[in-house]
Amino acid sequence: MNQPLMRLQGVSCAFGNNLALDSVSIEVQPGEITCLLGDNGAGKSTLIKIMSGVQRPTGGTIEFEGRPVRFESPRDAQLLGIGTVHQDVGLIPLISVARNFFLGSEPTIGWGPFRRLDHGAARRIALEQIAEMGIRRVHDADQLVGTMSGGERQALAIARALYFGARLLILDEPTAALGVKEAAIVIDQIKRARAKGVALVFITHNATHAMAVGDRFTVLMHGRVAAQFLKGEKTREQVLDLMAGGEQYTAMELAD
Amino acid sequence: MTIETSPAARPSAPGRIFAASWFGPLLAAILMYLFFAVTGGGKGFLTVSGTAGWLNTAAELGIIAIPIGLLMIAGEFDLSTGSVVGAASIIVAVGTGFYGLPIALTASAAVLLGIGVGSFNAFLVNRTRLPSFIVTLASNFLLAGSALGLSRLIAGSSNVSLKDAGFLEPVLATKAYGFNISIVWWLLEALLGIWVLQQTRLGNWIFATGGNLDGARRAGVPVSRVKLTLFIWTSVSAAFVGTLQAVAYNSGNAVSGQGYVFQTAIAAVIGGVLLTGGFGSVPGIVFGTMIYGIVSLGLFYTGWPTDWLATFIGGLLVVAVLTNNLLREAALRRGRGRS
Ligand SMILES: Nc1ncnc2c1ncn2[C@@H]1O[C@H](COP(=O)(O)OP(=O)(O)OP(=O)(O)O)[C@@H](O)[C@H]1O
Ligand SMILES: [Mg+2]
Repeated sequence: MNQPLMRLQGVSCAFGNNLALDSVSIEVQPGEITCLLGDNGAGKSTLIKIMSGVQRPTGGTIEFEGRPVRFESPRDAQLLGIGTVHQDVGLIPLISVARNFFLGSEPTIGWGPFRRLDHGAARRIALEQIAEMGIRRVHDADQLVGTMSGGERQALAIARALYFGARLLILDEPTAALGVKEAAIVIDQIKRARAKGVALVFITHNATHAMAVGDRFTVLMHGRVAAQFLKGEKTREQVLDLMAGGEQYTAMELAD
Repeated sequence: MTIETSPAARPSAPGRIFAASWFGPLLAAILMYLFFAVTGGGKGFLTVSGTAGWLNTAAELGIIAIPIGLLMIAGEFDLSTGSVVGAASIIVAVGTGFYGLPIALTASAAVLLGIGVGSFNAFLVNRTRLPSFIVTLASNFLLAGSALGLSRLIAGSSNVSLKDAGFLEPVLATKAYGFNISIVWWLLEALLGIWVLQQTRLGNWIFATGGNLDGARRAGVPVSRVKLTLFIWTSVSAAFVGTLQAVAYNSGNAVSGQGYVFQTAIAAVIGGVLLTGGFGSVPGIVFGTMIYGIVSLGLFYTGWPTDWLATFIGGLLVVAVLTNNLLREAALRRGRGRS
């Protein structure tokens, strides 16, 4: 089997005496989509914050391409080609679409003290990439992000992560605020990234989406790994049960 | 059915100017100027010396207000500038005026003090995550007391004269028709500020740091370094003004700068900088500073009792905050920012 792109071993994360993650091990492979499932508060977001350098683990090790890494900041993770869309998208409302899109990775032209932002390229690329996401109403790269709808913002954040997440793309509930059509486009984009050999981590509460694209699945429950399995190893009902925190979700449904 | 505009369509120029955060302050500056031209014009507000008067006041304030405004856009305050002005001026005056040390040495010491205070403020803010309001208030008091105590201890006074500042005289004390050279320094700094905010990555990071600290950090913005840079810029510009005052007015005063603590923040807010960070512009800050200069000198020319200056400024601040809010909301409705 191929070497995993990223491997977390025995990773723990405590907030005070609340153990959000308890010795979690997970691998992500290039060209595969790893679905991270679990109910609210299971620790999914905390885990991907560790993978993207936002949160430092209180225990365990992280390897990237077989080499141990320690992320001091999200920048360190980005430099390895890790792009992330966090659950609370994290855009800057009072600056423009183009400025948001390239925040932290701004294109520049010129030399030495005359090095300056390449506003033209930033505007053009940002609009192109957003249009790729099927967002039709954003035509002006100078539009303030604060004036966009929740779904448009989410699409912008995903477009940005797709553009910069060359190796590993982490998406924390990317389709939560999206309409049916836009969600389908995101799913399609995710598959295209996979086809290009990008490794993906995909958090969702939508079983249909998870079953449609997931190659491997990790289910978290109270900060622990409750199950890990490959595509096709479990039925839809079993997955739904696991996503509901191990309770008999299907049984609950039937009892109604 | 509405017809969709093509992706290339850009908002019209008038729309852009109206939505820009400096439009309101510019309008206010013109109104203030007209007001005092009418009420104080007959008594000399419009003369060359009257114009030099308010511009000189605005320049010294503006040199500090520009980085203060940038710092506020990045979501932080600095209340320690007043003490840095006083301490820098007393360092230069005691060092060169009292002990006869070379001006190059004492002026460098003043700049180093600025770098030190800025780094101290940034370090505490970045490390402890305490609000910069309280951190810099503390350093203002720490430094104010030390500057006063040391100057009394060494020179026996809080006011020390400085007869000759050598090569710095032409650089900091040149005057032409009553206009001080500080106006040139102010405008040069404004150009630098505009360049930084509009054309550099640091500028983008300043907006982002103040607009959404967490989002900026996650996007890879080195937020601590952004704050460090701005705290140092602020303190060094305060040290520059302290040195300039000591050289231009031939004396250093340990307590003279305290007025800047609030005046700089007022100038920035009148200039359209959002108190909670993330929004503002350098031209706006410059116009806000001009308004401060026009009002404080203009009132003198009206012949009305100048005791009411603070009341006037207070009223202006309230009006400025309210109109800036309206303009910002209008900008958000129109959805146009400047990129
Ligand atoms: N910064 C923090 N400080 C303290 N506790 C935290 C912090 N972040 C997360 N937690 C706690 O860690 C646990 C896991 O949270 P996490 O956000 O990872 O859950 P999740 O699986 O993403 O849930 P959801 O599906 O609702 O997004 C929760 O109990 C939460 O309260
Ligand atoms: Mg979550």
